[in-house]
This record gives sequence, C-alpha cells and structure tokens, in this order.
Amino acid sequence: MNPLSFHAPVLLIAIPLLGAFAVPLIGRLGAHLRRIFTGLIALLTTACAGLVAATVFSAGTPITYVLGGRLTLPSGMNFPIRIILEVDGMSTFMVILTALILVTAVFYSFSYWRRRSGGTMYDSLLFLLGAGIFGMELTGDMFNFFVFLEITSIAACGLIGFRVWQGRSQEAAFKTMALYTLSGLFVLLAIGLLYGKYDGLNIAYLAAHIGSGLVDRIALGLLLVALAMKAGVVPMHMWAPDAYGEAPAPISAVLVANSQASLYGLFRVLFTLYGLAISVTTLGWIMIVLALLTIFIGVTMALIQSDIKRLIAYGAVSQIGYMLLGVGVGLATSAGQPDYGLVAMQGGIFHMINDAACVGLLFLAAGVIIRAAGTRNLNMMGGLAHDMRWTAMFFMIGALALAGIPPFNGFASKLMIYESTFRYSPILAVIAILGSILLLAVFLKVFQAAFLGPRTISPIERPSRLMLASMGVLALVVIAFGLFPGFFVHTIVGPAAKALWLGRDAYIGAVMGG
Amino acid sequence: MNTIDTGYGIWNSIVWTLLFLGILSIGFWIRSLGRKDYKAGTGQTKVFLSGNEEPDPKGLHVRGDHLYWGMIAGFSGYYERIRRWHTGILSDYAAWFIGILSIIFIILGLIR
Amino acid sequence: MMIGNFPYIVAMLLVAIGIYALLFKRNLIKLVIGISLVETGVNLFLVTLGYRTAGIAPIYTYAPNAKPMVLPTPQALTLTSIVIGLATTALLLSFVVFIYRHYGTLNVREIKELRG
Repeated sequence: MNPLSFHAPVLLIAIPLLGAFAVPLIGRLGAHLRRIFTGLIALLTTACAGLVAATVFSAGTPITYVLGGRLTLPSGMNFPIRIILEVDGMSTFMVILTALILVTAVFYSFSYWRRRSGGTMYDSLLFLLGAGIFGMELTGDMFNFFVFLEITSIAACGLIGFRVWQGRSQEAAFKTMALYTLSGLFVLLAIGLLYGKYDGLNIAYLAAHIGSGLVDRIALGLLLVALAMKAGVVPMHMWAPDAYGEAPAPISAVLVANSQASLYGLFRVLFTLYGLAISVTTLGWIMIVLALLTIFIGVTMALIQSDIKRLIAYGAVSQIGYMLLGVGVGLATSAGQPDYGLVAMQGGIFHMINDAACVGLLFLAAGVIIRAAGTRNLNMMGGLAHDMRWTAMFFMIGALALAGIPPFNGFASKLMIYESTFRYSPILAVIAILGSILLLAVFLKVFQAAFLGPRTISPIERPSRLMLASMGVLALVVIAFGLFPGFFVHTIVGPAAKALWLGRDAYIGAVMGG
Repeated sequence: MNTIDTGYGIWNSIVWTLLFLGILSIGFWIRSLGRKDYKAGTGQTKVFLSGNEEPDPKGLHVRGDHLYWGMIAGFSGYYERIRRWHTGILSDYAAWFIGILSIIFIILGLIR
Repeated sequence: MMIGNFPYIVAMLLVAIGIYALLFKRNLIKLVIGISLVETGVNLFLVTLGYRTAGIAPIYTYAPNAKPMVLPTPQALTLTSIVIGLATTALLLSFVVFIYRHYGTLNVREIKELRG
C-alpha cells in the first residue's frame, strides 16, 4: 500500500483541521488569498475522501490506522497508548456523502457572503465542523467519537448562531447547543459505563466483549436516545427546524450531513457494538416506530409552514424517518437475515446520500430564493421563475427527487424501502408512501408560492455563477444517482450495508485479530 | 448499471425514462394534430371566464398558505394538537428528550 | 461498600439536579448552570471509575512497585471532557448574552419566537 493511501484516513481529518486553524492566519494576508486557500483545502479534503474510498473498496476489509504507538513499561508490561481509526464500508459511504456536501457548501459560501461580513471565522468553523464529522465517521474508539461529536456540536452551533445581528438565530443556536451538549454528556456517561465494565474504549474491543447486563442496557439506552436526538428523530426533533431554518443556507446543508453522521453513530452502536447481544427485534421495532412518527409528523408539520427554510427543514426531518425505517427493518431482521432485510438496509443507507444531495440542493436553492425575494415568508413571494430559471429548475429537481418521483434518485432508494418494508409488514410501506405523497404536496406548495404565478416581485439579488454551479453539481448527483441506481448500489451502498449487516466479525477482527 | 433489484421486482431507470419520453412525444404528436386555423391574438385565444373580462393577473397568485387551506382546515383538530406540541420552549424540548429516554429505559429493562 | 459507592451516588445526584434545573428553571443562566452540573456529575463519575482504594497518582516513572495506581485513562478522559465543557459553557453563555440583547429577557418561556 502506498504511503498516501495508507495515511489517507488521518489526512481526511487533519486537512480540514489544518484548514480550520490556518484560515485565520491566511486571512490576515488578504481576502483573495483566503478564498484560494479555502477552496484548495476543500478540494484536497474531497480528494482525500476519494482516496479513502478507493483504499477501502480495493481492500474489501475494514482498514485500521493506529495513532500513537505501543509503549513497553520498565516492568515489561505492554501498555497500549493509542487511538485507532477504523474505516469500513459504512464509514467510507458516510465520508463520500460528507465530502460531497462540504465541498459544495464551501464553494457556495464564497459568493453567499459576498456583501456581508462572512469571512475568516465562518470558513474556520465550517472546516472544524467538517473535520468533526469526518472524525465521527472514521474513528474506531468510543471516546474519540465523543470528542468529535462535541467538536461538531460546538462548530455547528457557532455557525447556526453566526448571524449575531439576528435574534432568532441566537435563539436557535442556544436551544440547539443546550440539547447537543446534553446529548453529548449522555453519550459520555454511556462511554464511562462501558469503560467501567469492560475496561476498554475501542469499539471493536467493546463489541467483542459486550454482554446484555444492566450496565450494557443503560449504556445502550443512553447512546440510542442521545444519538437519535442529534439526528433529529421525532419527538426529539424540535431543535432541527429551528437550527436548519435559522442557519445560513450552506450551513443548513452541512447540518444535514452532521445529523446523518449522528445517525451513522447510532447504526454503528446498534449493529457493530451491540450486534445480537440485546433482542434485535425489539430494538428494530423501537427504530421503526420512531421512524414512522418521524415521517408522519415531519411531513405534516412541513405542510403548514410559511417560512421557506423551516418548511424544508421539516421535510428534512421527515426524510430521516425513511433511513431509520429501512435500517430499522434491517435491524429487526438481522437475526434471521432474509433477503429483503438486506434490501431494506441498502434502501435506508442509499437514502442517506440521496437525502443529503436533495435536501442540500433545496437548502442552497432556498438561500438563493431568500436573497432574491428579500423575505423568507412564502406568502410574500411569487413569480420568481420568470427571472431565475436555473434556480427554479434546480429546486424542482431537488423537490421531485426528495418526494420520490422517478427517474430521480429519491425514487430508487424509496422504492427499495417500500418494497422491502412491505414484505416485513405492509403497514410500514403504506405510511412511508403516504409520507412521500404528502411531501410532494409540500414542495408543490413551495414551488407554486415562490416560482409560479405572475411576476409580482423582481429579484433583489440574482444568484452568482458559483452558486448556480454548486447547485448544479448537486443536481447532477441527484440525476446521476437516479439514472444509474444499480451502479451506485453496487459500488458504494452495497459494501456499506454489508459492513453493518454482516461485517461485525470483520470489524472486530480487523482490530482484535483472528 | 441502471437496474436495481428490490426483492419484489426490478427497477430500470433507463427503460422508464425512454418510456416516459415516448409517451411524452405521443402526447405532443396528438397535440400537433389539433386545429391550426385559429387566429392568435383575437378573442379565439383569450381565456374564457363565463363571458367576464379577464382580470389583471397581479394579485391573483395563490399564495403559499392558501394552497392547502381546505385540507389544513379539515385536519384542524390534528394540527391544533400538534402545534401545541411545538412550543418553542427549550425546557419542553429537553423534557421530550428525557421522556423518551425513560421510555427506552423501561423497554430495555423489560425485554430479555 | 456503601462508602465506596458514595461518589457514584453523588455523581448521579449531580446529573439529576442538573436535569431538574434544565427542565424546571426559567432563567437561561440557570439552565446553563444546570447543563454545567450534568457535566460535573459525568466528570465525577469518570474520575471515580478510575479510583483504586489507597491508589497513587499514575505517573509510572515514580511508581513504587507494591502500591496500586489509580487508572490514568479516566483521568485523561475527564481532562478532555472538562476542556470541551469549558468551550460549550462559554459558547452557551455568549448565546445568552446575545439573546438578552435581542429579546430583552432571560426567561426561557418567553424566548419562543421559533415555534410551530
């Protein structure tokens, strides 16, 4: 293995982290130089993500990267001082997703902040958030996971409250930060409990020894609820519309990736850490019930919103439900492992990247709409399509894809979820389809209110080419994933689903040996 | 490449797209069979509103909240309840969090 | 035995008081104090996990052979967690400052512009 791909996992965390702390220094040399540097770091991060993906997929097994060496005490005792990064198919999938959203958000931000005081701190926090998300996805160590979780919390809330001149954004940031901190502390408590029982922090080590005692159950409950909260699962979703709605538009897109990183943590805990230790049927049904609540309440709340970003935010919350539904069915059937369980897993996981791309696209388009209309209230908009054709088209693509209309990507993943959950229990598929129909209605409302109708307002500010290009990249991803679903399911989603569903032994074996 | 197996059947995006374009072009073909001998710009192409004059389109746009007014009014019982949930108060958010945590603890304590 | 478990009870009590403050107090500053208390409870829990009766500080070059050392890992975790806690508390308090400037109140029940 060449040294670059050997070190790729750690570089993927180190490069955005370097960017985060170097941006304030480079910013002193001038805004232009800072932009070049920021763009360079974003592209390097993406390249690194590609390298990680290539390495893992060619290896076929989880790869590990050891930070810190082995120390032998004078007494002859081996004392491992190390943190392990462990990258398997699922981590790689999440890395691809995050890199895609991060790079588009960075380039979109260039012109988003043109006339306002964006600048150094914004770029710095954005890269910190990126580094934290990558860290959560790559780490093989529970405590390290907590540290990265907190990094994402702090950076995310700093960005949500970035517009200090708006009271609402401060309110959203405070609420979100309080809940993030609480959930982070519960995760830490769970990690402490597991450490106390098993005397280790490595996920693979803990997974090899995990039991089903009282301590394990308390730790599982804490981890499950804390990570579900951070993913925005109903009824713990109330921070999500506040945060997504009040954050600057590109940040809303990255926050979706952040929520999905928490979802990844949840899946990792349930599948890899606990495996079959505690009744998977019950855990699966807990997830399914939460998923149905999330789908239904998210989408019905979206229908009555008149703030465009809050509306999309509720739509994003409802989409988390589909991922939970697919993976929940996968979890519930992971003891017997029927065929449709794997399809459900693949559908749920495929929907993660589809949702990130579509919701990201919608949030970016919403940022353009808000700039153009000068308001966020849908009741004050109308006829924007006359002047902003590209934005209208991108918004349409994102909305149709999210509502699951063929031939876009949302349809492919939702079809997999519908058909596999139907075989598990028909009512699940019925509610899922109902949610999709309502979601189409929701986005019809936005499209009708903002773009259609006679030309009532003329755009205050048109989108720059860079903004259109960033949206275009996401729209291309949406179309590509929709036209070639088989290819992507085979190359990136399949390994991810397998890594969670069947790869527990391989994950443990990569660290523990044997 | 562009086919996924869903367990029940298969979905091929290219076949669907070609079919969609085919049906679309049939639609346009049928449209093209229509009469072309009308006079544009005269009363023949005007919107017919029971004989009334067509009003100025400005102000006729169906705004955001009016689009599903009837449906939301129909489900007003549900919506009033669900709106009362979303109080916007941090303590309530935290209370939901702690509440779900306790429910999950109870479930995890009961199962084997 | 009871005395040995005492720190755990105190830690959980701190967590419970913190959650109580978060749920039932009105003042935003008190909410932040509540979160801080939860954090202290968790930190105390972590340190207690690593404690061995009559143990000494885990600096291994000075360690006499016979005596037990307290575990170093939980202390490292606690240190990290304290640093993170400092950052979160500072961030929360700065949001409180800005909220007060914009809303003119610290009552959590009045800060609900984002709802529904």
